[in-house]
Amino acid sequence: MILPPVDPNLEHQISDKPPLRDDVRLAQGKIAIFQYSAAVIFLFLISGFWRLQVQNPQFYDEKAQANSIKGVIIPAPRGRILDRDGRVIVDNHSSFSLVLAREYLKEDHLRAIAQGLDLDYDDLMNKVRRYRSHPQWDSLPVKEELSPADLAFIDSHHDFFPELVVIRAQRRLYPQNGMMAHVIGYTGEISETELDDPAFAKYDAGAVIGKFGIEREYNDTLMGVDGQRQVVVDNRGQVRDVLNEKPAVAGKDLQLTIDLDLQVVAELAMEGKNGAVVALDPRTGEVLAMVSRPTFDPNKFAVHIKSKDWKEIMDNKDNPMINRAIQAQQAPGSTFKPIVAMAGLESGTIDDTFTVHCPGGATFYGHYYHCHLKGGHGSVGLHKGIVQSCDVFFYNVGNKLGIDKMAFYADLFGYGHLTGIDLPHEKEGVVPSTEWKLRNFRQKWYAGENISVSIGQGALTITPLQLARAYGGFAMDGQWHTPHLTKGGKDTLKQWAFNQKNWTEVVDGTCGVVNEGGTGVRAALPGVTVCGKTGTSQVASNEFTKGKSDKDLKDNAWFVGFAPREHPEIVVAAYYEHGAESKFAAPIVRDVIKAYLDKKVRLTALKQEQQRLASMANFVPPTVGQTVASQPSVAVQSSVASNPEAHP
Amino acid sequence: MSKYLSTRDIDWPLLIIALVICGVGVLQIYSATLGTSWHSSWWRQILYVLGGLFLMWLVLAFDYHSYLHYVNALYIASVAALLGTYVLGQAAFGSRRWIPVGGGLHLQVSEFVKLVIILLVARYLAELKTEALEIREMVVLSVLVAVPAVLVLIEPDLGTCLTYFAVLVTGAFLAGLRWKYVAAIAAVALVGFVVVASPLGSHILKDYQRARIVGFMDPERDPQGTGYQLIQSQIAVGSGGMFGKGITKGTQTQLRFLPVPHKDFIFSAFAEEHGFVGVVFMLAAFFVMIMRIVQNAQTAPDPVGMYICMGVAGLLLFHVLVNVGMVAGLMPVTGIPLPFMSAGGSSVWSSFLALGLVNNVRLRRFVN
Repeated sequence: MILPPVDPNLEHQISDKPPLRDDVRLAQGKIAIFQYSAAVIFLFLISGFWRLQVQNPQFYDEKAQANSIKGVIIPAPRGRILDRDGRVIVDNHSSFSLVLAREYLKEDHLRAIAQGLDLDYDDLMNKVRRYRSHPQWDSLPVKEELSPADLAFIDSHHDFFPELVVIRAQRRLYPQNGMMAHVIGYTGEISETELDDPAFAKYDAGAVIGKFGIEREYNDTLMGVDGQRQVVVDNRGQVRDVLNEKPAVAGKDLQLTIDLDLQVVAELAMEGKNGAVVALDPRTGEVLAMVSRPTFDPNKFAVHIKSKDWKEIMDNKDNPMINRAIQAQQAPGSTFKPIVAMAGLESGTIDDTFTVHCPGGATFYGHYYHCHLKGGHGSVGLHKGIVQSCDVFFYNVGNKLGIDKMAFYADLFGYGHLTGIDLPHEKEGVVPSTEWKLRNFRQKWYAGENISVSIGQGALTITPLQLARAYGGFAMDGQWHTPHLTKGGKDTLKQWAFNQKNWTEVVDGTCGVVNEGGTGVRAALPGVTVCGKTGTSQVASNEFTKGKSDKDLKDNAWFVGFAPREHPEIVVAAYYEHGAESKFAAPIVRDVIKAYLDKKVRLTALKQEQQRLASMANFVPPTVGQTVASQPSVAVQSSVASNPEAHP
Repeated sequence: MSKYLSTRDIDWPLLIIALVICGVGVLQIYSATLGTSWHSSWWRQILYVLGGLFLMWLVLAFDYHSYLHYVNALYIASVAALLGTYVLGQAAFGSRRWIPVGGGLHLQVSEFVKLVIILLVARYLAELKTEALEIREMVVLSVLVAVPAVLVLIEPDLGTCLTYFAVLVTGAFLAGLRWKYVAAIAAVALVGFVVVASPLGSHILKDYQRARIVGFMDPERDPQGTGYQLIQSQIAVGSGGMFGKGITKGTQTQLRFLPVPHKDFIFSAFAEEHGFVGVVFMLAAFFVMIMRIVQNAQTAPDPVGMYICMGVAGLLLFHVLVNVGMVAGLMPVTGIPLPFMSAGGSSVWSSFLALGLVNNVRLRRFVN
């Protein structure tokens, strides 16, 4: 390499100048100081790296990993809930919700974000302010159920607003209008108190668990196991690499014994009323339908219920959150009379010739008790007593029996005990007895109280489910199955051998209630013998209600019915809160029983049609077999489709 | 004799060390920009280094005295060019530091003005007739340096502005500034720092500049803002450990938790991927480089040559101290590049031009 030529004149000119000061030597000491300073500076720098890299590498390594390695939860889908025919009652749907990662949050972005996502800016700003005291990693939920437009906005603005993070979740989709809300229940984020509960020990904070109803009872079945994915993220939270992945285990589907066809009919029958309906298959204890009104919308609970919605439910004095089918503890009224009749006959206190005269009331222990029929029933035997629901007849029976014999049979029919249904928070009601009174009130039992209990009043209370179970087991000649909501659910059989003559007599009575112009004629159905019993229970004494028209003081109406009389297949109990008269409860039971029988007829016809088509297909000549063979399946499909009730 | 300059007399060890640093720099730029839109930076950097070598060769062609002769003109041109960045400069990275020169290149004028400052200080101090530097002369020189420095400061570019004063302080120290003045300047600097750090400082410095200094003193106070860079840089350096995570394996660098890992924070990326061992090697290279330049100052033919070499040495030392110190969390974030290593043409070229000046002095050491 040759250096470029030098302008000799210029160089001469400048280098001719003598140095102004000969201080090169003079500066040597100072240059040395500079050198030492440089050495000190470099040692200072190296000491800094020594401190970071040699003394504390672990500390910083952990920080570096915390920066880049994140665990991402893969939510496990919850099992679906199906009806007895496999129709979906509760499903999941994928939903996206937006959270703000507060480590990247810039407050001047909020206006644009609010505009892009159609949110209220002031609301958003308030939320951000409220979260200021939270730890940085606690991200701020902004919007749930993102629309495709929202997702497009977030996707296209990710570079500008790194704080936008979309979370994918499986959300519960419950039936509309609060249908079956009490049976299904709802899910929600695990609460602080539940975290301390050993039953939920295996769940972490933030887990979405069943809170009520079937969702709670079968939470372990329905809930899957969340998976986790360890990912490497960059400074914008974009996933760069997946280190390892534990896939989610989906929850198991749960098949209920509920028949949607019956459920819908029962729901419609209770429209605009408060109360409950329970339909059981007395042969197995399977719950075919269960309704409680008023109801609530479980979809509002899906993750977090809004405080406004919660207040609305809490302020409703009708308590929509109570499952009246298993939690309403009310006096059974006249529905108790067949049990008193059974008690009288079985204990030998009365026989089938026992007759009383009903002049419209009777005096016991110095107190006058009315019959519901002012004019009186005249001469009343057991059959007429049940059919006409004569109070005076049962006052006499009860008076002869005494409380403890009545209590024994009430207990036998399952009153005063939990039925053991697979739902949380079931109530057991009260069966009064001398022992019960002594234990709870430290008082002796007064014989006058027998009179009230004999017609299902007084301290006696039951739930609609207990009523359905009691009559179901009675209709099955003393075989009580445990009511249950899931296929293959636990069923313990309780048996009692009744005297067949006594049993037939009382069943005849309940048959007469519906079919012999008794109090339950509204439950009658053509072509089938429906048996049942009405009940009207007072909410307050007659003296108190006199001259008041308050809805809450109206009598509760009951009806319990089963069908057919021989080999019963369904028992339905209806509780119509403040329904005034029992005759208003009877049609509810009738509708449900009718729906059951109609469906049975329909299915039989369908089966016959299928058999006919199948046998026709067998006779088709082989040459045209292909085209004709395809017909049956089409025909079956269309016959199903032409049954609109089969898919409500 | 002076007319027969030989390439043999060039300070080859100095040049080789500079090229080694450049080579490590290119490798680190390659690693730090992997998979990003700046990935072309590594081969651009090679072109810049080759261009720098050519510029160094050009500088060697003329006696350094001839540059000193035109220092007035260069100074006026520098001030004019700095003013020009206000007209032509592009707002990039939040500061108006660059002027476009065509071909997609943008020159950072303030980087080249550093060389003019070195020449200016050298000539001014060499032409002094007094034994020690008097306060009046110091003030005059300070004002001369301050004019371009203030223009750079308001760009805003605090870091480069401070490099001018590094050259001034080195020169003044060598010229024999009296200790009482040194003490006075130190006191002023201290007061200035306190004022800047206090809320009053918001009237003097821009918010982000103040934030950088405050953030340095207490990085946890604002972990998302200025403190973020310091914290992430320390995490990168610390997690590198003794031997580093390996090239292209640094998570802080590759996942972009580290800000601008191929420019101002390149040493942080290097420390993460090569560990303490690599850091010691690179700092040793810089130390040897500066010591070689100081040695050239000692053998300079005249005071003005000595001042030039020492100006370059002081400038490089300041760059290393501030940049590497910032990376290790020992210095506030001022945003100046690491010479020969950080990606960027202006920085590489001005560094090679400075090496050219040192070699220029060396080549002519036997003239007198």
